[in-house]
Formats: sequence, C-alpha cells, structure tokens
Amino acid sequence: MSSRVPVLKTYKLYIGGEFPRSESGRSFDYDDARGRHIANVALASRKDFRNAVVAARSAFPKWAARSGYNRGQILYRVGEMLEGRREQFIAELRQQGAGIAEARREVEQTIDRVVYFAGWADKYQQLFSTVNPVASSHFVFSVPEPTGVVAVIAPQESALLGLVNLLMPVILGGNTAVALASEKKPLSAITFAEVLATSDLPAGVVNILTGSRKELLPHIAGHMDVNAIVYGDEDGAEEKLIQEQASLNLKRVVRPRANPESPYLILDTQEIKTTWHPVGL
Amino acid sequence: MQVVQQPYPNWHPSPPVDQVGVEERVARLAARSIKKESKVAALKLALSMIDLTTLEGSDSPGKVRQLCYKAKHLHDALPDLPHVAAVCVYPTLVRVAREELAGSGIKVAAVATAFPSGQADRETKIRDTRYAIDEGAEEIDMVISRGAFLRGEYGYVYDEIAEIKSLCGDAVHLKVILETGELGTLDRVRQASDLALAAGADFIKTSTGKIQPAATLPVTLVMLEAIRDFHLRTGQKRGMKPAGGIKTAKTAIQYLVMVNETLGPEWLTPSLFRIGASTLANDILMQLAKETTGVYQCADYFSQA
Amino acid sequence: MSTTSVASSTGLNWTYAPAPETADPKIRSRYELFIDGRFVPPAEGQYRTILNPATAEPLTEVAEAGAADIDRAVKAARRAYEKVWSRMPGRERGKYIYRIARLLQERAREFAVAESKNGGKPIRESRDTDIPLSVAHFFYYAGWADKLNYAFPGARARPVGVCGQVIPWNFPLLMAAWKIAPALATGNTVVLKPAETTPVTSLKLAELIQEADLPPGVVNIVPGGRPTGAALVQHPGVDKIAFTGSTAVGKWIMKALAGTRKKYTLELGGKAANIIFEDAAIDQAVEGIINAIFFNQGHVCCAGSRLLVQEGVAEILITKLKQRIRTLIIGDPLDKNTDIGAINSREQLNRIESLVASGREEGAEIWQPDCPLPEKGFWYRPTLFTNVSQAHRIAQEEIFGPVLTIQTFRTPEEAIERANNTPYGLSDGVWTDKGAKIFKVTRQLRAGVIWANTFNKFDPTSPFGGYKESGMGREGGWHGLLPYVELEETA
Repeated sequence: MSSRVPVLKTYKLYIGGEFPRSESGRSFDYDDARGRHIANVALASRKDFRNAVVAARSAFPKWAARSGYNRGQILYRVGEMLEGRREQFIAELRQQGAGIAEARREVEQTIDRVVYFAGWADKYQQLFSTVNPVASSHFVFSVPEPTGVVAVIAPQESALLGLVNLLMPVILGGNTAVALASEKKPLSAITFAEVLATSDLPAGVVNILTGSRKELLPHIAGHMDVNAIVYGDEDGAEEKLIQEQASLNLKRVVRPRANPESPYLILDTQEIKTTWHPVGL
Repeated sequence: MQVVQQPYPNWHPSPPVDQVGVEERVARLAARSIKKESKVAALKLALSMIDLTTLEGSDSPGKVRQLCYKAKHLHDALPDLPHVAAVCVYPTLVRVAREELAGSGIKVAAVATAFPSGQADRETKIRDTRYAIDEGAEEIDMVISRGAFLRGEYGYVYDEIAEIKSLCGDAVHLKVILETGELGTLDRVRQASDLALAAGADFIKTSTGKIQPAATLPVTLVMLEAIRDFHLRTGQKRGMKPAGGIKTAKTAIQYLVMVNETLGPEWLTPSLFRIGASTLANDILMQLAKETTGVYQCADYFSQA
Repeated sequence: MSTTSVASSTGLNWTYAPAPETADPKIRSRYELFIDGRFVPPAEGQYRTILNPATAEPLTEVAEAGAADIDRAVKAARRAYEKVWSRMPGRERGKYIYRIARLLQERAREFAVAESKNGGKPIRESRDTDIPLSVAHFFYYAGWADKLNYAFPGARARPVGVCGQVIPWNFPLLMAAWKIAPALATGNTVVLKPAETTPVTSLKLAELIQEADLPPGVVNIVPGGRPTGAALVQHPGVDKIAFTGSTAVGKWIMKALAGTRKKYTLELGGKAANIIFEDAAIDQAVEGIINAIFFNQGHVCCAGSRLLVQEGVAEILITKLKQRIRTLIIGDPLDKNTDIGAINSREQLNRIESLVASGREEGAEIWQPDCPLPEKGFWYRPTLFTNVSQAHRIAQEEIFGPVLTIQTFRTPEEAIERANNTPYGLSDGVWTDKGAKIFKVTRQLRAGVIWANTFNKFDPTSPFGGYKESGMGREGGWHGLLPYVELEETA
C-alpha cells in the first residue's frame, strides 16, 4: 500500500472573482471539534471588506441589467455545480462538526434551495409589480429593482445552508453581495465560493469574507456604499449595532423570515420604482 | 412620416406636442377666475375681436345687410361698446358688405380657395381669391389643402399659401385656415401652423366651422405656441383666429387668458387676435348688461344678427 | 396684487381683479389634543400660537403634547387596538374609513381654505390637489380593509399594532391621509403628530373622525414640536413608526429605534433631476418644469429642483422658462388666481435665503422676475440659477423652496450620471418624445418615482417613496399596505 500524501487546501477570501489572501496577511487557525488542526482560514481586514464592496459595486450595474432568465440560468448552474460536489460538501460539514445524516441533509437542502430560488429570478417581478389605475390620463407602473450592494451576515451555526439561504434572494434579484461567513464554521462558505467561481456567475456579484465578526461588523454596517444589510442571527447587541451604524446612510436592515423559502425575502432587498407617462395622441 | 425633400425654406422640424401636457395647461388657464372690472374689460375686448360670420349656402344680400347692421349696432342700449373687428362672408357677398360697412371701421373678410374643402385646382383657388379681392375684400380667409398636407406634400401646401399671399400683397390680410378638426393630432396642428407661418400667413385660423371639432382651447394653445416660436425666431408678430364653437362669454375670456399668458398682452388687440363666431356677440352683450344692471339677462332682449 | 402683464403699446394692459375664495374655514380659536376620542387639554398646559404665513398673524392656538400626553395617547391607541379595532372584521373597519372619505368630501372647500390659511399654499392647489387626493386616499384604502386575505399570496396579513406617525408641514392633510388610511385599513391604531406649524387640518380631521363615530382611541392626534415627535418615536408602546420629513431626522429616528424591533418607514428628502432631452415636447416640458419646482412654493420633497437640459435646446428652453415664470402670480394664497403662495414659516424662509446666498457666493448666476411681493408674511420669488457646478451647495442640498438650478449636458449617459450623483433617490423627471429612450433612461435612474413627460403627479393607487437616503418603504397602492402588516406565511 502506497501512502499518498494528500494536498491540503488553502482557504482564502473570494473578492471580485479571485481568491486572494487577506491584504493584512492575517489568518486564523481552524480546528475541528476534537482540536485537530484543519486549515488556516484568512482573517479578513476592513480593507478586504472595502475591496469587496468596490468589486460588488462595479459588478452591480451589469448584473442588475441581466434578464431574469439569464440570472436564473446562472443560479441553476450553481445548483448543478453544488450537486457535483455533494460529497465534498458533506465531508467538509462533517469536519466542522456535523453528523453524517445532518451533513447530508444540509447539503441536499442547500442544493434544492438554490434550484428553488433560481426559478424565482424571472418570476418575482410579476408577483411584486403593479399597474396602478390612476385617475388621470397616465399609464403608471411599479416594478421592483435591486437596491444595490448588500452585506450578508451569515448565521454562526449553519456553515452552508444559512449563508446560501440569505444570499440567494439577494442576488437573484439583481443585487450584488458581500457576505461574511460564519466565524465558527467558515470552511463551506469558501468552498461554495469555488462553486460560484465555476458557475458563470460574473466576478464581483458575490464576494465572501471569512474573519472576525466583532472586528468587521461596525465597518460593514457603517460603510456608506452599502445599500442594505441582511443579518441572520439573533444577537440583540449586534442587531442594535447594525441598526445604529446603518442609520448613517439609511441602509435597509433585513431580518430572516420564518419561512426560509418566502418570496417576500426577495422583496426585502428590492426597491419599488414607479414610472408615470401620459396617455395621449 | 415620410419627408423626402426639404419642404420649405428655413425648414426645421416642428417640436413634438404632448396632448396630455397641453390639456393640463389648458385646464390650468381655464381655471383663472376673471371678475369685476377685469371681466368687463375682457368682454369689451372680446367684442372688438369678433369676426361676425355668416357662411351658409342660403346667405343672401338681405341676410348680409342685417348682419352688417348688427355689426355696427351691437346693442345700442349699452354705452361705450366697441364694434366688431370684421364681417366674414362668401366672395359673392363682399360687395354688399362693403357698401353696408363703409366708414364704420369694420373690415370685410371673405373666405376663398374653394372654401370649405379646398378641393380644387390651383387656378380655381387663385381665381376665387382674385375675385374676392376685386370685389373689395380687405381680408382673405383661405383653407389649406388638407389632403395634400396629410399626404406629406408640404411643398405643395407651402407654395399654395405663398401664392395666395402674393395675390393679397401687403394691403389684404391673409388668414390661413388649417381645419384642425381634420388633422388628427396636435403634432399635425403644430406642423401645419409652422408651415403656414413660414409661407406668409398673417393669421393662422383653426377651422372653417363646417367640421367638428372646430376651435378648441388645446388646439388654440398649440397654434399660439407656434406663433410665439415664430416671433422668437423672426421678431415678427403674427395673429391667431380660433373660429367655430365659441359661443359663450366665459369661453371667450378663457381664450383671452390663454393669449395673455402665452403670447403676452401685446397680442390682446384685434390686429393680432380674432374670434370667428356667429352667436358669441349676444352672449357677451348679455354678460355686459348683467355687469351694468346687476340682473341676469334674457336672450329675447338682444337682437339676432 | 394679481398682475400678469406688463404695459404694452398696442395690447390691453389687463390685470386680473382679486378673486378671493370666501368659504368659511371654520377654524376654532383654540384646539386641544385629540386622545381617546375626545379633545383634552395638555397635561403641562402648553399652547402654541399658529400663524398664517401669508400675514405672519396668529390664526389659532394649539395644545402642545408633552411626554405624559403621548403616553396617554399611546395607551388609548393600545386599548383601542386590542379591544376593538384589530378584532373588528375588515368589512366594518372599511365602512368607517369610507365614512371619513365621504365626510371630508362634503367639507372639501372648508378644509381647502383652512389648509391654505395655515400653510400658505395657493387655494388652487389645496382645492384641486391636497383635499381631493386626501379624500381619494381614504377611499382607496377603505376598500382594502376587507380584501387583505387576497392581497399577499401565501400569506395572511396581520396588523402591526400601534403606529406612531410623524408628518411634515408641506402637505398637512394629505400626509395625514397617507399615514392614517392604510394604517386603519390593515387594522392598526394610530397616534399622529402633525407638524408644529401646520396642525389645523389634522385637528379638523380629528373633529371629522369624531363625527364619523370612529371608536375612541383608534386615531389620536397630538400636535407639538420636535420633543413631542421624539417622545412618540421613543415610546416603548409603539410598534411602528412612519415618518415623513427631513433625511437628518430620518437618520435620527432609525438610530433611536436601533435594537427595539419596531418597524419603521421613512419618507425623506430629495434632490430630483428633471432631464430635458432636445427631442422633448418643449412647451409641455416648460410647463412640467414649472410644476416640478414651483408647485407648493417648492416645498415638495420630490420637487424637480435640478434641471438638466441637453445643450441643443438649453438656450430656447431657458428663454421660454423665464417668459413663463413672468406670468406666475405670487400673492394671497386665498386668491383663486394665485400660482405661488407664502413660504410656510420664517424659519424656512431663512433657510431658502441662506442657500440662495451660498449659490451667489459660489459663483452661480441668479435670475428672478421683478414681480411685486406682499409686505407682510413670508414670501420668496421664483428663482433660477444658471452656471451651476455639480459641487455647489445649491446643486446638492435640498432647498425646499422655489429655487431651480440649471445645468446642461450633451449625452444621455452624462445626464444619467449627473442625475444619480446625489445621496438622495426620491424622484426624477425625463422629457423626450422617444419611447425607447424613456425606458432606457428611466431604468438607469436610481429613484423611486420617475415622471416621464410629466411631473409631480400623485394618486392613491400609485406607490411613492425613495431609494438611498430618500427613505425606505412605499406609501400608496398595494405596496403601501406592506409597511402596515406582518405577513404570516401559510405556505
């Protein structure tokens, strides 16, 4: 029996379609439940976050302008890529403490959730648009448009599904995102980034950081070029901090809904634009 | 719209017109509340701008003589009334009207160029016009060839107006009837206005009175805007005549408000604004009598034309 | 005072005689707080003198709600919410709201005169816009009350609870209607604070609500200044805040609510671009510019205060605009011919004057017509600035007065960039005769309401609200229900 030495993976950040290390050169030690070293994970700095926002902002106009059909196809492709790496994700979840059945369930739910949301990309507009029967001689319609760059704070306890569930409604609606992965379970987020990078998703549409939430959260919530922040946990102090900082530029602060498949989640990071035009000869 | 040749000298595209915007502006102008002395002044001004008109197949010298008498004696019971601006008749009745109105200061206008349809060849239209002028017409109300205009033959329409204007010379005022009720859209009204002004019309006029809708406030506003732009471009002041369908003093005041706020008070004169009407005068007279006496009036006390 | 014309050699020098609206506004000499269905004196006994801005003379005096009064009002609203209103079938709620709409319709002229006397706006606008739109808003949302089960697929709409609502002084009754009507239709109860200078029509509405026999506590009206508003926002018994006003106060509210889980909607400031392309229907565009910036003296959050004109038509457009401005009649708000009324308050007049002064200092070129202004009261001439740079304060800050900045552009891309170069995103205007261009341009404008070939149009069926720092949430239409419901998903 030959004993082959396995090649270990370096977990890096995902910014603008690339996988850089933190500009600060920092990383943190990720150990499994039994204290065995698993990986060194990049410890993103506020400058990494700033760079990610720049990438997300520059990707925004083109992503928002794509047809719902096209966004849906790309997100469906994400589902296909996930399915192909099913075993890898299960193994990685197990490394992060999940039992086999739990890990399998989480990965399968994630794949199905991605496919589910991909299908909304060309439908939510019809659900949330109106033609407004105004009394004057005008044709008036209201349509949802993406709010812009959205920060996503993934829940700590769910390595994969928690992140994907918050991210999908944001990007399917034409927003671009900067996500902060679970600090406790950061590995799946970066592997998910590899899936995104191979799914025709344009660079910068999703950017994923790993690092310290305590350190980054004030900068994320306060950044003036972020339009909304989706916060997936229940920590009252964090929520208060987010709200306070978000008030600097009136970021929309979005909380998860009881139904993780709610289409109203999509509406939460959409703006409604109403257009008036006269009706005449 | 197919425009192949440059339709007329110094041609430039007419600006588009938004119907809803025009109607909103009209509604706002029409909501002006004109009271007391400003109302009396407006009513008298409106009287002085009337082209008292009869254009029936049954018109006869007797009918025209009666009309001319009315033009001179609007309502003798009211002091200080102006006379109307003109009497407007068919060419064959111009001579009668001239005789009746001699020395009154009231002009005689004749419709011409195969009025009202304009469906005749150029020679016929020229003969028609020359006859009216020879009979003594001081003003000519011609019609444009709407068929040619709607087909896009702008050069033809332009040349026709220019030729009639050259017959009129400086002495005879030319009013060009666009017959806006047949043009379909306000864009077309604007284009026809620009064309007629460029071709030499002294006045542009909405309607013959034979087609519905005749004069309306929106159509008039668009034509006034064309006159304003012509003035801005050339410095020349041209006149406007809404005709047909203006029956009440209230409507007449709305037109005056529109002129005042679109072209300015310089246009509030019979030499630049006329109203073509047959029954308007009596409604204005009734309003004036009410302002004088304080009681509402009955039509039986006011002579018909 | 009402003069439209200059003397002329040939034409009639025609001056419109005064045409005052004479209906009795029925304004009482003193108003109390409206709490739990009754008019009650304020706990601290404070009253504020309310002025008529057209004369700067007192109009009435109005009770000032303090923290104790707010507490009383919130508790009344809570009782009404729990015991009556949230349990009442939508069909019955709807009939109460219809009643309000009808009563307001019957007394429309009286309310219009009161609005113009208190706020300074021309009677033409209060009569033709503010009051009819307020009526329409109540009428529209009344009809939603018994149809909420069909409004949100897969979800049941539950009321939020007690709504604290704070409204501005520019459209006093209309903003009250925008706030109260959807709240009541969805089963919430209300504590509403009108603006400190313009409480009169809100309190007249309170009388009307009494007349409509609405259950006590469903609507409470608590006038006052900023401390009153702050007390309402921070009251722990309030479940949702709806605010219309400045962006600065909106930010303060969001911060004050941090960590509370109260819902909130904010409708804030704006600096709308009004973009005129050279193929526009130019005379209608001129009229649109007038409506965009001089409607309600420019005291409009969505006012088209930045005119962007394509170079090819800039000269003719500005010529026409000046001609049109010279015909505007400034003066007595109650005269039916008045186009521009009084500035709402001394404070607002000072703000306009100081921003205009900054425009001059920074080198922009000012133009004003030489129309006469009344001697008493607060007035400001319609004002144009040309030679404006994007960096000038007048091009960036909300002036909230009859002041228009004019800049030129060459290409659509340039216009869109300029238009979006602001932290605000409430509204924009686009004028072009080309349909395809309208859709291309309006899609790229980052604002909640886009008027194409029109401006400053409002309708209860049509959602209104901003992107970016112009606020969050929509008022009006189906979307206007969302801020007032919790969606309980059934799927």
